[in-house]
Amino acid sequence: MDLNALLKEKQPAIVEKWFETVLAAYPENTANIYRKSEAQFTNPLGYNARQGVEGLFDALLKGVMLEEASGFLDNIVRIRAIQEFPPSQALSFIYELKKIVRAEIGKAVAEQGLTEDLDSFLSTIDDLALFAFDLYMGCREKLFEIKVNEMKNSTFRLIQQANRVGGKQE
Amino acid sequence: MAKLPNPEELSKIDYAPPSKGWMDTPTEFKPGMFCHGSKPKSLETLEFPNPREWRPADVDWKLPENWKQILLEGIADRLKKYRSFRLFMDICVRCGACADKCHFFIGTGDPKNMPVLRAELIRSVYRKEFTIAGKIFGKMAGARELTVDVLKEWWYYFFQCTECRRCSVFCPYGIDQAEITIIGRELLNLLGLNIEWIAGPAANCYMKGNHLGLEPHTIVGNLEYILDDIETVTGKKIKPTFNRKGAEILFVTPSGDLFADPGTYTAMGYLMLFEELGLDYTWSTYASEGGNFGFFTTNELAKRLNSKIYAEAKRLGVKYIIGGECGHMWRVIHQYMDTWNGPADFLEVPKSPITGTVFENAKASKMIHIAEFTADLMKNGKLKLDPSRNDHLKVTWHDSCNTARGMGILEEPRYVLKNVVNHFHEMPEDTIREKTFCCGSGSGLNASEDMDLRMKGGFPRANAVKFVHDHYGVNMLANICAIDRASLPPLMDYWVPGVKVAGLHELVANALIMKGEKERTTDLRGEPLPGKEQKEESA
Ligand code: SF4
Ligand code: SF4
Repeated sequence: MDLNALLKEKQPAIVEKWFETVLAAYPENTANIYRKSEAQFTNPLGYNARQGVEGLFDALLKGVMLEEASGFLDNIVRIRAIQEFPPSQALSFIYELKKIVRAEIGKAVAEQGLTEDLDSFLSTIDDLALFAFDLYMGCREKLFEIKVNEMKNSTFRLIQQANRVGGKQE
Repeated sequence: MAKLPNPEELSKIDYAPPSKGWMDTPTEFKPGMFCHGSKPKSLETLEFPNPREWRPADVDWKLPENWKQILLEGIADRLKKYRSFRLFMDICVRCGACADKCHFFIGTGDPKNMPVLRAELIRSVYRKEFTIAGKIFGKMAGARELTVDVLKEWWYYFFQCTECRRCSVFCPYGIDQAEITIIGRELLNLLGLNIEWIAGPAANCYMKGNHLGLEPHTIVGNLEYILDDIETVTGKKIKPTFNRKGAEILFVTPSGDLFADPGTYTAMGYLMLFEELGLDYTWSTYASEGGNFGFFTTNELAKRLNSKIYAEAKRLGVKYIIGGECGHMWRVIHQYMDTWNGPADFLEVPKSPITGTVFENAKASKMIHIAEFTADLMKNGKLKLDPSRNDHLKVTWHDSCNTARGMGILEEPRYVLKNVVNHFHEMPEDTIREKTFCCGSGSGLNASEDMDLRMKGGFPRANAVKFVHDHYGVNMLANICAIDRASLPPLMDYWVPGVKVAGLHELVANALIMKGEKERTTDLRGEPLPGKEQKEESA
């Protein structure tokens, strides 16, 4: 069995545990509600987080370029970027995946001499984390930009008029 | 060296389960989650108690010494005055049906944003002070002492509720958390604990007639700007009247429509429609605000601000009032006006001069929503329309909480929309009509300093928009609320870039074929019309 086959075999268990680490950031009552992830529109956080971890893991398995998988990452990061977590906490779930994978297939990997393959797989998770930091920062910057734009837009017409009264060219 | 937390520990700290009960979890004021405190000047203008400089994040809120007595008396008064409040304090069975229905809970994950817990913040004090069981059994009966920390918790969470009433739709007893928040905020105002984003506009409105504090010449000046834009698009010079005595109709709209895009395009829409109809109407530069930020403060102030519209209608001697696209303005008119300032028996039951339709539904308030008015025009075939002028738009409809849940305007705007656009796609069922999700910025929370809160609260709405954007290419989110027009653009910018926001009458005016207009090449925003792109470029 190669590494991919091992991972595939354990995919449901890994994804399940990974989803739980995303939920672990929230109070118990909240996590219980977010866990009911079928409700796409009334439980958007749970649904998107679920889709996110499933999609990301699938992409990792298939070796898809990170940019292509960024939509799944966005599912989770965009909301966490505004949920008052510091970045380390908002994104710790990504590093958690390494631990989950090791726990699930570590033994089999050692037995079958696939350690090197596993290391390289785990390093793609590190890349994913770096990518996630960029995304997180992008979200924070966006938020800042939105605040500035909102203030500008709310005064635009008044400034326009002040300029007109003052005889300035627009 | 201290041990660094590993990722697993990291993902658990801070936000993690309050192992203690919610009552023992202290409130932490997190940046981006609350608005600036009210300024003394605003409170003085409104003759509200305890005007002073204060900051919500400060430890000392500079409360009057007998603050507790003031609050408890305030609660007692309101228990007597409002049967709804008394009922809501007593009848919740904590079934949890409302728990996951609040957009702020969904977006923040904070259990105290579950409607049932939000109510419990105040109910626990009610139990302690006003019920025998609470007095005897204390915490075991869900009762607790009113302390400064409890007060801070109230403030933090009553300004994280947009009074949208979504939770009440799902409560088997119809408990309306919005009403509880309204009372909660009223109590806070007894101690001078408002936010400036509400107190400032309310004070402006009290003195000058509109939230922005604009004086008559500024209002007229800005409308002239909008009229110039209409001339550019249609070639028609419109000359509306102001404060004209003897006009048949007074038109009142939120002042936001005159001063910030995309509201200004909606205002262009009203002006063009009324011009085309030759309507005998007037604007007022005194009752120059449809919105009512008093409603987010106290019932008394809401009443005072609302009375201006009717006083102006009386002064001008109009027959009735048409109101523009606003949300909470309509909840006030529909649910409260008659008790506060009614009956408006000096006015007539609104009757459309174009179709002859009598709006019996507005018998008490004598005020009709422009969506009803326009839908009636269309139903009677009174408008010439070319919906293909909106073919560059794929539109979805956001039901604003106040008009949809608060007064049941569900079909009229959809009917209008379907007459003026060719591409209309509904959002998923659980997120529209009575179950609509709030924009996340209602009830005076649309400040900039609480943007994090707004983006979280608007997440469920945005998520549904994203769905129709991804599936049908929706690029326009239409609505009939001025706060929506101000707050949805940033929400879309964060969650669903590429979706713009429009008032209903902007789209109506795009499609409206006016007598004697020039051939239009752009829409109201100056964007080339479908098929006219070439011409634009070569022009
Ligand atoms: S749904 Fe109604 S009765 Fe049930 S917990 Fe919520 S407020 Fe209480
Ligand atoms: S009224 Fe709206 S914002 Fe307030 S608790 Fe209910 S659902 Fe939440």
